[in-house]
Amino acid sequence: MIDLVRATAVCAVADIPLEGGVAALVDGLAVAVFRTHDGSVHAIGNVDPFSGASVLSRGIVGSRGEAPVVSSPMYKQAFDLRTGACLDDASVSVPSYDVSVVDGVVLVGGVR
Amino acid sequence: MTKRQRIVVVGHGMVGHRFAQAAVERGLTETHDVVVFGEEPRAAYDRVGLTSWFGHPDGAEGLSLLPGGVYDDPRVRLVLDSVVTEIDRAARTVTVVSPPSAVGDLLSNPGAVTVHDYDVLVLATGAAPFVPPVEGRGKDGCFVYRTIEDLEAIKAASEAATSGVVIGGGLLGLEAANALVQLGLDTHVVEMAPRLMPVQLDEAAGVTLVRHVEKLGVKVHTAVLTEEIEGGDSVTGLRVRQAGTEEGAPTEVVEAQVVVFSAGIRPRDALARECDLATAPRGGVLVDEQCRTADPHVFAIGECAAPGGTMYGLVAPGYAMAEVVVDALLDGPGTFTGADMSTKLKLLGVDVASFGDAFATTEGALELTYADAVSGVYKKLVVSEDGRRLLGGILVGDASAYGILRPMVSSGLALPDNPEQLILPASSGVQLGMPDEAQVCSCNDVTKADILHAVAEQGCESVADVKQCTRAGTTCGSCVPTVKNLIEEHFASVGKVVDKGLCEHFRLTRQELFDVVAVHGYRRFDDIVEAHGTGRGCDVCKPAIASILASQTSTHILEPATAELQDTNDKYLGNIQRNGTYSVVPRIPGGEITPEKLIVIGEVARDYGLYTKITGGQRIDLFGARMEQLPAIWKRLVDAGFESGHAYGKSLRTVKSCVGSTWCRFGVQDSVGLAIALELRYRGLRSPHKLKGGVSGCARECAEARGKDFGVIATEKGWNLYVGGNGGATPAHARLLAGDLDTETLVSYLDRFLMYYVRTADRLQRTSTWIEQLEGGLERVREVVVDDSLGLGAELEAEMARHVGGYADEWAATLADPAKLERFVSFVNAPDTPDPTIAFTTERDQIQPIAPALIPVGAPA
Ligand SMILES: Cc1cc2nc3c(=O)[nH]c(=O)nc-3n(C[C@H](O)[C@H](O)[C@H](O)COP(=O)(O)OP(=O)(O)OC[C@H]3O[C@@H](n4cnc5c(N)ncnc54)[C@H](O)[C@@H]3O)c2cc1C
Ligand code: HEM
Ligand code: SF4
Ligand code: FES
Repeated sequence: MIDLVRATAVCAVADIPLEGGVAALVDGLAVAVFRTHDGSVHAIGNVDPFSGASVLSRGIVGSRGEAPVVSSPMYKQAFDLRTGACLDDASVSVPSYDVSVVDGVVLVGGVR
Repeated sequence: MTKRQRIVVVGHGMVGHRFAQAAVERGLTETHDVVVFGEEPRAAYDRVGLTSWFGHPDGAEGLSLLPGGVYDDPRVRLVLDSVVTEIDRAARTVTVVSPPSAVGDLLSNPGAVTVHDYDVLVLATGAAPFVPPVEGRGKDGCFVYRTIEDLEAIKAASEAATSGVVIGGGLLGLEAANALVQLGLDTHVVEMAPRLMPVQLDEAAGVTLVRHVEKLGVKVHTAVLTEEIEGGDSVTGLRVRQAGTEEGAPTEVVEAQVVVFSAGIRPRDALARECDLATAPRGGVLVDEQCRTADPHVFAIGECAAPGGTMYGLVAPGYAMAEVVVDALLDGPGTFTGADMSTKLKLLGVDVASFGDAFATTEGALELTYADAVSGVYKKLVVSEDGRRLLGGILVGDASAYGILRPMVSSGLALPDNPEQLILPASSGVQLGMPDEAQVCSCNDVTKADILHAVAEQGCESVADVKQCTRAGTTCGSCVPTVKNLIEEHFASVGKVVDKGLCEHFRLTRQELFDVVAVHGYRRFDDIVEAHGTGRGCDVCKPAIASILASQTSTHILEPATAELQDTNDKYLGNIQRNGTYSVVPRIPGGEITPEKLIVIGEVARDYGLYTKITGGQRIDLFGARMEQLPAIWKRLVDAGFESGHAYGKSLRTVKSCVGSTWCRFGVQDSVGLAIALELRYRGLRSPHKLKGGVSGCARECAEARGKDFGVIATEKGWNLYVGGNGGATPAHARLLAGDLDTETLVSYLDRFLMYYVRTADRLQRTSTWIEQLEGGLERVREVVVDDSLGLGAELEAEMARHVGGYADEWAATLADPAKLERFVSFVNAPDTPDPTIAFTTERDQIQPIAPALIPVGAPA
C-alpha cells in the first residue's frame, strides 16, 4: 500500500496524456509516470539504463503480449510498466514506484 | 467479315462497370463496341464503401472504380450525366437525355435528346431506396442513402442539426446511423420489426446487437411505426407509435432535424415495364439463367434484375450476372443460378455475420448457440439433423470464425465430432482444413484453389498480388484476413518465411495498413488497432500509423489524437541526442541563406550556448538544447522567418543544390531555383523513410544529386530525373526515370513518384530498396509514373496537391497553441528545475556532452 503521508503529489491524473508519460521529481530523483489505455497509472525510474539519459517518460507506451510497456526513446528497449523489468534484457531493470490516484491527484510513493 | 456489333449499357454503377471491364478483359470488345450511359455525374464508384466517403481524404475520387473516368480500351465509351428515358425494342434504339451542363450557360449547352442504335441492350440501372408513404416525407431534412450526392446533402444538413433519425434498422439503416454518429448527431434508429437486422438476425442476436449499438450512443426504437414527419418546411421530429397498437393510440415524438429513410430498396425496372418487358411480382426485370429477358437482344444485370423472379441486393450476385452476360455474348455456357446471401460486416465497430440457413428453416435442422451477455457475444450454428453438416449461422460481437464457417456451408465439408468447439471462445485453435473448392471471396467468387494457384503458379507473394491476380478481397474486404492466412499457410508449407506483418500488434504490412486507413477513413489509432490489430501498439506500429495518418490528413502531428503515437523525435519536434538533449535544425531551402538569417542562427546559438555544425545537407545544426528550451529557441527562429527543417521526421530533409547557371560558367539551368522550389513543395511530407533530393545545374553533377532519393540534373533541353539513390551504409546511385523534361512535367512526375512511394513502401524502406522489391523494378515505376498505366497519375498528383496545400510549419503552429507547449517541461511538478543528469564540457571552444553517470541498474541512485 502507498504511504500517503510520505508520498509526493506530482500532478493531476489528467496532466498525463493517455498512453503517454510525464517526468516528475520525487525526492530529487526523476520518476517517469505513465497512464495506460485502461486508465491505470504506473511509475518507474526515468533514467534509461542503456544510455544514462533521463528520458523514459518520453517513450512510446504500448503493450508487449499482456504487459503494458514503454519503449525507451534512445535504443528502444521495452520496460514493463508494472515492475520496471526490461523485457529485452533480463539482467536489467529500472526501479518501480508505488503510485496511486486520490481525488484525481497522482501520488508517487517509495521504490517497491 | 461481320460488322461490329454495338452494346448499349444503361447505368454505370458497380455492375455496369464490371460488365464493361469484363467485356474488355475477355475480348468481347474485339467484335463489339460498348457505349455506357450513366445518370450520375461521375463514373462508377464503390457504393459498398459509400460510408467511408465521410472520412475519405480524397472524397469522391477515393471511392472511384474508374479514376479518370475513361476506359483504357477506346472501344468502350462512357457517357455520364445522361439518362436513358425510353427503349424502342422494335427499332432497337434508346433515347438519351443529357441535361444542360450545371455550370455552362444554357445557350451553349441547352441539354440534348439523342437516339442511339443497339444490337444488344444491357440494363444495369440498379435499385432506388424505398421511401414509405409517410406524411411529411417531402420536407427539407429528409434524405435517402444511396449516392455520393445523398451523402453530401446529409453532411451539409448535419452542420446545423443536433439530432437525426434513421427509419429502418436493417443493414443499410445501421450503416446510415453510423454515419450520423460520425457527423456528431444525437442518433436514433426506428425499426418496425421487433429487432434490428430482421432479415439476417434472430431475436437473441438482435438483442445482443442492440446492446452494442446503444453503447455507442445510438438510441434504438424497435417495434415502432412512423406515423408522421413533423415540422413546417423543415423536419423537426418523427411521430411514432408502438407496433400492434391501433391508430389513435398514444404516440411519441423523436426530435430530429435530419431524417434518413432506409426502409429497403426497389429495383429500377421502369424502363423495362414501359417497353413491355415482364417484371417480377416484387420488382426487378424478369430474366433467365443467362440474364436475358424475353427479348433476346435485351439483358438485365445487378439490382435491377430478377433472375428466376428474385432480385439480389448485394454486389456479388450482380458481378456474377455481369460475367454471365459477357459469357453469353461470347457464346459461352455460363449461367446464374442464385447466390450466397451471406453477410459479414462491422457495424459501428461491432462484428456481425449471418450466413447460409441462418433461421434453421431446413427440415430437422438443429441450433447450437453460445451467448455471453457480459462481453456481448452471440453465436449460433445451424447444423443438419445428423449433426454432420453446417447449414448456416449467425455471429454477433465476434465474427472471427466467419472466414472458416461460411466456406464450410458452401462446400458441405463434414463437421468435427463436437461442432460447438467452433463457436466456443478460444476456439481459434481449431483449425479446419478448408477444401480447395471452398469459396473464400464471395464478392468475386474466388475459391481457395484459385488463391493457391495464384500463389504457387503465378508468383503472388502478398495480399496485394493476389488481389491483382484474382480480384479476391477487392470489394467488401471481409475475406482479406482469410486470403492472408492462405498465403501464409502456403509459404509456411513450402518452408518459406514471409511474415511481412508490421509487429506483434498488426499482421498487415505498412501498405495494407495505409489502404485500410484510407478506405475506412480512420483518424485514431484506437479505431485501427481495435479493428485490425491486437494489444496497445508499440514503438514500431504507432509511429508507422502516425506517419500514415500524417500523409493522409495533413493535420499537425501533435494533435491529441496522434501526439502519443509519435517517436520522441516527432513528439518534441527535434532529434534526441545521446544525453537526452535535442538538436535544432531550421530549414534552409536549397542551402541558400541571407546574411541576416545567418546572423540570427549565430545569435541564437550563442545566446543558448548551443554547439554549431554545418551538415552534409547544406544547412546548420544547433545541438545541446534542453527539451524545455526548445520553444524559446524556436520562437526566435520562427520570428526571424525560419521554419522547421524536419530533421527529426521520416520526411523530406533537404534538396541539395549546386550553384547552377546563375553564377557557374558551366551551368545550363537554375539549379538553386529548382531546388528551393522542390524543397518547399515537399517539405513536411511524411514518408516511410527519410527522403533527400538534389539538383545539379549541369552534367558535372556537383550537387551529387544521384546520391539522393530523387536527383535532378540539368540538360540543354530541360531536366533529367533520377530516382532511388542514397548514401549511407549501402550506397546506391539513382537511376534515370525520364529525360529532358520541362519543369512542369518534372514536378508532376516527382509528385507521382513520391506519393506512389509513400503509399506503397514498407516501413523504413528507402526508395532504392522499394524500387528493387517492386515487381518489375524501375520499369514498373516508369509505367506507373511516366506512362500512367494504372491511371493513378491524377489521383497521386491530387494527393500531393492536398499535401502542399495543407502544409503549415509545425513549429509555428506549436508555438501558437498553449496545449501543445505543455509537454515541453523538464518535470511536471518542478518545471523550473533542469534535468540534473545533463552536463557539458568545452572542446574546441564549443560545448560537448558529458556522458551521464550510468546509474547502477535496478536500484535508485
Ligand atoms: C450504403 C450502402 C452499403 C452497401 N453495402 C453493401 C455490402 O456491404 N455488401 C454488398 O454486397 N452490397 C452492399 N450494398 C449494395 C451494393 O452497393 C449494390 O448491390 C450494388 O451497387 C448494385 O450495383 P448495380 O450496378 O446493380 O446498381 P448501382 O450501383 O446502383 O448502379 C446503377 C446505376 O445506374 C444508374 N441509372 C439508373 N437508371 C438509369 C437510366 N435510366 N439511365 C442512365 N443511368 C441510370 C444509376 O444512377 C446508378 O448509377 C450497399 C449499398 C449501399 C447504398
Ligand atoms: C568536370 C568536373 C567538375 C567541374 C568543372 C566542377 C566545377 C565546379 C564549380 C565551378 C563549382 C562552383 C564553385 C564555386 O565557384 O564556388 C563547383 C562546386 C562544387 N562541386 Fe564541382 N565540378 C566538377 C566535378 C565535381 C564532382 C565530381 C563533385 C563531387 C561529386 C563536385 C562537387 C562539388 C561540390 C560539392 C560543389 C559545391 C562546393 C561548395 O559547397 O562550396 N564537383 N564545381
Ligand atoms: S553541376 Fe554544373 S552548374 Fe552546378 S556547379 Fe557543377 S559545374 Fe556548375
Ligand atoms: S468477400 Fe467481399 S471482397 Fe472478398
